[in-house]
Amino acid sequence: MKELLGGQEVIGVARIEGPIVVVQGAGSVGYDEVVEVFDSRGRLRRGRVLEVGEDIAVVEVFAGTTGLSIDDTRVRFLGEPLRIPVTEEMLGRVFDGLGEPIDGGPEPLADHYADINGQPINPTARVYPRDYIQTGISAIDGMNTLVMGQKLPLFSGSGLPHDQLAAQIVRQATLGAPAGEAPSQTAQFAIVFAAMGVKHDVAAYFRDSFAESGALTRVAMFLNLADDPPVERLVTPRAALTLAEYLAFERQMHVLVILTDMTNYCEALRQISNIRGEVPSRKGYPGYLYSDLASMYERTGRIKTSEGSITQLPILTMPNDDITHPVPDLTGYITEGQIVLSRDLTHQDIYPPIAVLPSLSRLMKDGIGEGRTRADHSHLSAQLYAAYAHVQDVRSLASVIGEEELSTVDQQYLQFGRAFEREFIHQGPTENRSIEETLTIGWRLLSMLPQEELTRVSPAELQQYYGKRDATH
Amino acid sequence: MSWQIGTVIWINGPVVRVRGSRQVSMLELVEVGDEHLVGEVIGLEGDIITIQVYEETSGMRPGAPVYGTGMPLSVELGPGLLRSIFDGIQRPLPVMEMHTGSFIGRGVHLTPLYRKDRWSFTPQVKAGDTITGGAILGTVPETQALTHRVMAPPEIEGTLTWVAPAGEYTIDEPIARLRTKNGEQELTMLQRWPVRRPRPYRSRLAPAEPLVTGQRVLDTFFPLAKGGAAAIPGGFGAGKTVTQHQIAKWSDAQVVIYIGCGERGNEMTEVLQEFPELVDPRSGRPLMERTVLIANTSNMPVAAREASIYTGITIAEYYRDMGYHVALMADSTSRWAEALREISGRLEEMPAEEGYPAYLAARLAEFYERAGYVETLNGQLGSVSVIGAVSPPGGDFSEPVTQHTKRFIRCFWALDKALASARHFPSVNWLESYSEYVDDVAGWWREQVGRDWQTMRAQAMEILTEESRLQRIVKLVGPDALPDEQRLILETARLLREGFLQQSALDEVDTYSPLQKQIRMLELILHFHQRAQRIIKRGALIVVIHDLPVVTDMMRMKTLVANDQLEKLDDIRKAIDEQMDQLETEYR
Repeated sequence: MKELLGGQEVIGVARIEGPIVVVQGAGSVGYDEVVEVFDSRGRLRRGRVLEVGEDIAVVEVFAGTTGLSIDDTRVRFLGEPLRIPVTEEMLGRVFDGLGEPIDGGPEPLADHYADINGQPINPTARVYPRDYIQTGISAIDGMNTLVMGQKLPLFSGSGLPHDQLAAQIVRQATLGAPAGEAPSQTAQFAIVFAAMGVKHDVAAYFRDSFAESGALTRVAMFLNLADDPPVERLVTPRAALTLAEYLAFERQMHVLVILTDMTNYCEALRQISNIRGEVPSRKGYPGYLYSDLASMYERTGRIKTSEGSITQLPILTMPNDDITHPVPDLTGYITEGQIVLSRDLTHQDIYPPIAVLPSLSRLMKDGIGEGRTRADHSHLSAQLYAAYAHVQDVRSLASVIGEEELSTVDQQYLQFGRAFEREFIHQGPTENRSIEETLTIGWRLLSMLPQEELTRVSPAELQQYYGKRDATH
Repeated sequence: MSWQIGTVIWINGPVVRVRGSRQVSMLELVEVGDEHLVGEVIGLEGDIITIQVYEETSGMRPGAPVYGTGMPLSVELGPGLLRSIFDGIQRPLPVMEMHTGSFIGRGVHLTPLYRKDRWSFTPQVKAGDTITGGAILGTVPETQALTHRVMAPPEIEGTLTWVAPAGEYTIDEPIARLRTKNGEQELTMLQRWPVRRPRPYRSRLAPAEPLVTGQRVLDTFFPLAKGGAAAIPGGFGAGKTVTQHQIAKWSDAQVVIYIGCGERGNEMTEVLQEFPELVDPRSGRPLMERTVLIANTSNMPVAAREASIYTGITIAEYYRDMGYHVALMADSTSRWAEALREISGRLEEMPAEEGYPAYLAARLAEFYERAGYVETLNGQLGSVSVIGAVSPPGGDFSEPVTQHTKRFIRCFWALDKALASARHFPSVNWLESYSEYVDDVAGWWREQVGRDWQTMRAQAMEILTEESRLQRIVKLVGPDALPDEQRLILETARLLREGFLQQSALDEVDTYSPLQKQIRMLELILHFHQRAQRIIKRGALIVVIHDLPVVTDMMRMKTLVANDQLEKLDDIRKAIDEQMDQLETEYR
């Protein structure tokens, strides 16, 4: 068989099922290469090869197969994987889920074209992330510090203010400085925003929020909205990350990537897997969901050859608020922690409703402490965790025996718990707290508890901070 | 050396079918396509060969050539393994970085061990000696922490006709010549071994010696024996990786093999940056000098993830055969099982539970059975201890990987999300975990540590078990409803939990707790309990006990008593006795 590279064309397909077409007589087709599919009226849609045999190719069509017919469909194999143009000019622009401009502007002048699948970063080429990002949000900075080069998802539920929180993080994020020193203004984040199956309102909210804070020129948006073809969603985050990698690793920028909503992405993946008749694992999701998610989440970090970094903030809504659902579950196994939002706190009108106990930042331990935030930060946060965890026990006890029956110490814990939620976790959507303010509030709250209870902090730290009235409050 | 065996006819991700030769054997290593991607034969049917490819197959086309190599997937064994970091099929990642930059390229063929290094070889045999497989030919100081014993390959025997004099040699220069039944053979410091075949030993011995980890909850409560197998299951955020890192850092194994199997890239980078700086408390040398890292992160090709476990354990067995104690950590075996599932799914095999292939249990058994305490072919004692992390979906231990794993291990360190949320680390749940090695290692404790560990352990476990029962009552009626004897149980259990079981990996002192310190801390807490019991019986109130100043001292002794100043624990004991004596005079 003669090998035709690029541009070989087949007229007519053998089978169409959902977004998948099976093409026969295509000759030598490359696995994972891009195809162009034309319907009877010559309109173009794109797709890619999922499986190839000697004479047969299975193709997924991003825009769906509505209007395609067996005989009149033309399929052109392009002989290369899906690539998008990358250039700094893409900041400030809006693209569709496949990376085509939809803001009325011209095609960006590509610096070069990059394969959307990227390549795995060699672990020896990475730099371990240690520089923290000050988000100005106490529940994050104080308890789950975000580090530049980290992937930290927001686990949320429908109706919870994850979009507001993500927008606030984007507005306020600065490269952190030790407590008491002014954060450096030099490091500005470029923002790559990928929407997968979210509503127009949500995309508009983010755009307005970026515009208000004057960040719009630093944002590239890739939008696959709720009424856009689901299969396209499989490309959207990869296109966004390809641009992010270019900006971070070739243009030395610090990039924040927002991916929302990963649950929609996974559903699109499940749909394709189902149609192909693959053996499902949990809840019908394909067995390779973990590897597939990892191929995106792992495109985060820092490397030795660049000053830049990629920090990922994926957002996902947990179906039925269930953290053991495969999407949050597998995500949690790949990402470096998670910020969990709580419906309970929202009902109590606490914003941001960050459930501190199930949240975690794995990279926090190396991003905080002396010279980074403050020497007592690690012990302080461990003590706040332990105390707040005890508050939960006391609350469940109080619901049985009544608050009056609690011991004095446990009553103090109850008061601490309320104050912790009202004064530490709760803050305004525009309130930007310095790391010092956050730590000061933490110590003020701990001072509500007797010293003997505070075994996670050192005697010297108690000496220095316990019961000290602070100037800020 | 390779020759074409056929051409590709079908491609689906890492699985490729080829039509061609019937001479190819199962598990033969092959090279696929013009880029010579590494693959392995996993199925044969007539002239159709099914191959799993260890690299990304994007862009590959039907018609591409496939080459056979005539040998199974093997690892290179010899000096230079320690301090290395490899991918799942033993390609050296730092060398890869020099070739393809910060990202991992395709079709890069690199020798695992560097050929140009010269190693200082001192022979231990001479011409005329008759040797059998596994015999030690000489030694090489591989690192300052470890002497590499150069062995004859396991399956040969004969008479040495020549042995190289002491001197510096590269790993592929001959160091001896051997006359065998099949003629004369040259021996080098380098040998190969197929990863899926366990390396032979003379006999298997019963494990009787604990693998000391310096982690109190593990050593004191749920010990793993050298040559044993343990599993650490836990949901995300429960602390599997930190626990594995702690064992890799502080365990008294002489060689540590750490396999990052389908996990995070940053975690491997952390190990790479941290281990050269951390000092092994026993040898005084950087930890990296006893460590081999295998990194196949979650975004690297899935078939190589499947192979990484075998690559790791074969290297472990090689050091075992020299007479060393080796600890192997696999983080995480669930990702390895998922790799099996993914390949199996693409082969359209009939699934058993949750899409996993029916042979999952058999593969797990094969892997864990390669742990063991053995007499090696050269008569030394060596061991491979295996510690596998398990990542159950949703933290639910009833899933297939956890359940099958439980059948083949004897030490189960169950990590608990609730404990982790309360920042109780290590979050090993003391009621769900177990170790079947307790009786096996009790004799060792008696001889080496000299205290009645087994009895104290049993007493402490009883208090903790009783506490969990009482906590259920407390949840309903509050602690005040309990008699003071029972409230003392709660008090002592709190001491055990916060003062003993909790251990900070980040604290300079507490990160490693020597056995002497562990047992003396436990002894103090139990001593405190016994004295307090007597006083409570005489009518003292529990608050009096709770408010004793020595309670705070005991809470903090893990961090405030340095590991080389254990005599300070005597002061605490004195304080307990004084404060209790005082109370006894009050409650006569």
